[in-house]
Amino acid sequence: MSLIAAQSASSFPVLNALILVPIIGALVVVLLPNSRPELMRPIGALFSSIAAALSLYVMAQFSIHQPGFQFESIQSWIPSLGINWHVGVDGISLWLVVLTGLITPIVLVAVDPHHDPKPYTAWLLLLQAGSFGAFLALDLFLFFVMFEIVLVPMYMLIGGWGYDDRRYAATKFFLYTMAGSALMLVAIVSVATLSAGDQSVTFNVVELAERQALSTNTARLCFLAFALAFVIKVPVFPVHTWLPDAHTQAPTAGSVVLAAVMLKLGTYGLLRFGLYLFPEASVWAAPTLATLGVVGVIYGAIVATMQKDLKRLVAYSSVAHMGFIVLGIFAFTTQSLEGGVLQMINHGLSTGALFLLVGMLYERRKTRAIEELSGIQSAAPIFAGFFTVVMLSSIGVPGLNGFVGEFLILIGSYDTRRWWTIVAATGVILAALYLLWAYQRVFHGEPTTQDQETADLTLKEGLVLAPFIIGIVFLGLYPKPVLERIEPAVHHLISHLEEHSDFVEPDLGQPVIVIDHSSSEDDH
Amino acid sequence: MVELVWLIPMLPLLGFLILLITGHLLGEPRAGWVATAFAGASFIATLIVLVGLLGKDSHAGGRSYEFVLFEWLPAGSLKVEAGFLLDPLSITMALFVTGVGALIHLYSIGYMHGDEKYSKFFLYLNLFLFSMLMLVFGNNLVVTFLGWEGVGACSYFLISFWHRRESAATAGKKAFVTNRVGDWGFMIATFAIWSALGTVTYTEIANSPAMSAATGTAVSLLLFVAAAGKSAQLPLYVWLPDAMEGPTPVSAMVHAATMVTSGVYLLVRMNNVLTDDALLVIAVIGATTALFAALCAVAQHDIKRVLAYSTVSQLGYMFLAIGSGAYVAAIFHVITHAFFKALLFLGSGSVIHGMHDEQDMRKMGALRIAMPITGATFIIGWLAIAGVPPFAGFWSKDEILLAAWEQKNIGPLLWVVGLVTALLTAYYMSRQVILVFFGDQRWDDDVHPHESSWTMTTPLCVLAVAAAAGGAINLPLVKDWLVLEHFLEPIFHHPHHFSSGTATKIALAVISVAAGLIGISIAVLSWMKRRIPTDRLEPEFLENAMYVDSSYARVVGGPGTTGFQKTADFDRRIVDGGVNGLARAVMKLGQLIQPTQSGYMRNYAVGVALGALAILVVLAWGLL
Repeated sequence: MSLIAAQSASSFPVLNALILVPIIGALVVVLLPNSRPELMRPIGALFSSIAAALSLYVMAQFSIHQPGFQFESIQSWIPSLGINWHVGVDGISLWLVVLTGLITPIVLVAVDPHHDPKPYTAWLLLLQAGSFGAFLALDLFLFFVMFEIVLVPMYMLIGGWGYDDRRYAATKFFLYTMAGSALMLVAIVSVATLSAGDQSVTFNVVELAERQALSTNTARLCFLAFALAFVIKVPVFPVHTWLPDAHTQAPTAGSVVLAAVMLKLGTYGLLRFGLYLFPEASVWAAPTLATLGVVGVIYGAIVATMQKDLKRLVAYSSVAHMGFIVLGIFAFTTQSLEGGVLQMINHGLSTGALFLLVGMLYERRKTRAIEELSGIQSAAPIFAGFFTVVMLSSIGVPGLNGFVGEFLILIGSYDTRRWWTIVAATGVILAALYLLWAYQRVFHGEPTTQDQETADLTLKEGLVLAPFIIGIVFLGLYPKPVLERIEPAVHHLISHLEEHSDFVEPDLGQPVIVIDHSSSEDDH
Repeated sequence: MVELVWLIPMLPLLGFLILLITGHLLGEPRAGWVATAFAGASFIATLIVLVGLLGKDSHAGGRSYEFVLFEWLPAGSLKVEAGFLLDPLSITMALFVTGVGALIHLYSIGYMHGDEKYSKFFLYLNLFLFSMLMLVFGNNLVVTFLGWEGVGACSYFLISFWHRRESAATAGKKAFVTNRVGDWGFMIATFAIWSALGTVTYTEIANSPAMSAATGTAVSLLLFVAAAGKSAQLPLYVWLPDAMEGPTPVSAMVHAATMVTSGVYLLVRMNNVLTDDALLVIAVIGATTALFAALCAVAQHDIKRVLAYSTVSQLGYMFLAIGSGAYVAAIFHVITHAFFKALLFLGSGSVIHGMHDEQDMRKMGALRIAMPITGATFIIGWLAIAGVPPFAGFWSKDEILLAAWEQKNIGPLLWVVGLVTALLTAYYMSRQVILVFFGDQRWDDDVHPHESSWTMTTPLCVLAVAAAAGGAINLPLVKDWLVLEHFLEPIFHHPHHFSSGTATKIALAVISVAAGLIGISIAVLSWMKRRIPTDRLEPEFLENAMYVDSSYARVVGGPGTTGFQKTADFDRRIVDGGVNGLARAVMKLGQLIQPTQSGYMRNYAVGVALGALAILVVLAWGLL
């Protein structure tokens, strides 16, 4: 039965449709008459919702216990160079695709750009398409194109609809991440050509990963070039400073998509093109990268504590949270990797929601400065309630999603990276510190007249936030459906690592020997 | 009937959900009654389950049941279930948690009268009760941690309930962050146990072979870090006195009777992994905390702060018991303390209510006349905590002192510390009773103290009975009277047995009663009869709690904040400055070489000629 479903699914190239639908949507929006600005966002939301529905279809049809790529589709693109349009999805990319699908229509509905809705909508749709492409690409060249393409709409969104310092932030964002991926292009060409040997040149990720034809040193150099592009994107300390500027200056929609989707390109890239393509080099570089991740956890939290702007605070909290994911990736255990993949989704939900909430507050008060706000909870209790739930998720309180990811990352990392884990776990103390302190200053205390007039959440805003809250609670209480789809892919990745390096995953959780109660008492 | 265990935590959760959706419609007092009904129903469910459990054979693990709801965190070989463990320990905890909890719900109906966020208060109370019961009934460390953090979050909400007040908001944040230090210990301990034993489930941990000595001690101490955070032991106790910013029912329920004993519960639950080295550390810190906090309590003026330091001190006793291996004594004291401390806190709340929010004992006095029920019940609570037989506190404290005496390394020293603490406890509690209920009226003319409503006095009366007679659950000397001990015995691998003879036991008991009486006498002579000058009995050093908290504050506010700010500046100037510097350098370089692109043909021609020459030279070099 499931076999039939899988076959019928494969006949319809759903992943191609996923990428194409938002592009078509963008074209339609561009062709709409300028005299009807009110149509832009609804039409855009319609197309991105179709994409969202398709991503849910992929999720529903996804076969749980299959470790490889599903819904694969290959079309020849540049045959002379062995470049194909090759897409597929596995347990690692599945949830990122779903997240990308769902976030965009929500953002389109939720955030009013205030001016030029046509290009705004079109850019957001292109962003969705590019992100889908980057998460689905199984051809190195195609991935590179998608990875770079997403920069353009984000650049336009920050530069066109951002705040005061938007030009500086947009340029910095573009140049910084572009500089990172320049070397990656060199590495991509090197990997493809040097792996060829007497076979034909291919950019097929699966084939390249299986070949493992590079010499150790070449592979390490190529890995470093890939890793540089990805750690900038994550971002990992010390190449993170584009993020606070981009996040703070971006319009709310940009911030949400940036946090929820685009940062994940970095961690996803480390998994798919780091660990998978260069297993030996990943093991070789793991201590350094895990260290940088842990430094990010502590450093990001400390710097977040001292921020005066709410958005900058959330941006630095991202640096801290993404640090956990990097630690999880380079700890190489089933739990740490599953936790890492899950935490990508969790971070998307909680940080995305935080940016939406800060944006809503800005719409009301035209400020994000912590010291200019006070006692908002008295004026807007429902708003404060939503903020509290999201904040607790971000702090990692069990029962909400953030805990599940962090816990799995840390418990998994404990065996392979013990001291890293012990240090990283102090990040949970700091997370409580910076968020609760900010909450106290903004929401607690005596409201001024201006604060007192801050309107509470509207029904529409509540409906926009509802999916986030549902996700936060559901993943916190019952992450099993998500984890069991991630697991086969993670197992596959770890055995790939073990096969091509001297790494061996510690054997844990074997049933312990149950000793007889009475005999143990005899010892005393 | 034991299958109904899931109802115990789910009833308050249901109450929470109902209030979440309809709370603002229900309003006062209906929201309070709904919450109280669910708390009471949870207590009844606990009784039903208890009856079911008592009907089972107590031998061969017959009273231990696990109920798994679903797989919570399945990842590879890690299997964390959402499951309950019903055994004598968890049902014992649940009994007083739901019992005292329901009484405090009832009390709050009157106490929170007229508050603008009336229904929200009860919503938090129900959520707290749910979390506390998850903590108690969880069948593995991670579900317990869910409850552990849940009660922490509720504690945060409730301490900063009146968040318009700066001090309340700060106290809530301080409690959460300090507790997180303990949570760090909890998490690392969980990781280490999983790494060593391959499981986080209690029954499997209990049946696992022992960990290596080093791992075992590390795990024990990490669990104690967790306990020290939640149960306010040195050096993490600082949040508890500040937590008194919360409404008084919260102080009674969360910060005296239930949540703060979670640390004791955790260590008792994990008793089979605790190593001797770690137990010694726990005993020493417990004893030190007991003495330290009792000294601080001596010089407090705020009626609730006395009780707060007293709670820290009594919790120290419980850890002294654990450190001495007397787990049953620790749980016994948890229960009696829940009775008398909840009673004292609710009594103080009644006083504060009757005195129109006055908390300074120097402005009270002679209140037994205006508030007879509060006065009488408070006096019973005082006798219980002061260790006067036959009130509840005497029996449990006596067992702890006996256990301390028998501790194998430094027993007598621990016993002396415990004894001095007992004397101080009797003294400061007597001082409080005298200052509040006896002597002259010291309140202002416009204050008219009055007795509280029946919803508030009924819980006082019930708790007074419990505080008077609660010791009956575990009476010494006659073996069959040790009900609690026999009930809890199956959960221990190595049940603790007192080795002292009856004569020693009686002698120690007499000495501890004598110490209590001396404490009471000193208080009577100084504060009532004024035979001893009182001006030197409240040294500033003790009033300021030996400056521990203020030293922390100075470090956090001074070097701590500076360090954080320096890091933020480093990020802006050096890390980001470097990036912008690089960008500027590239631009400068561009400007520097820009003149070479002058646009004049002759300049380019010179360039071409020079280039050609250079190539020729290189080629010639190669030929040579």
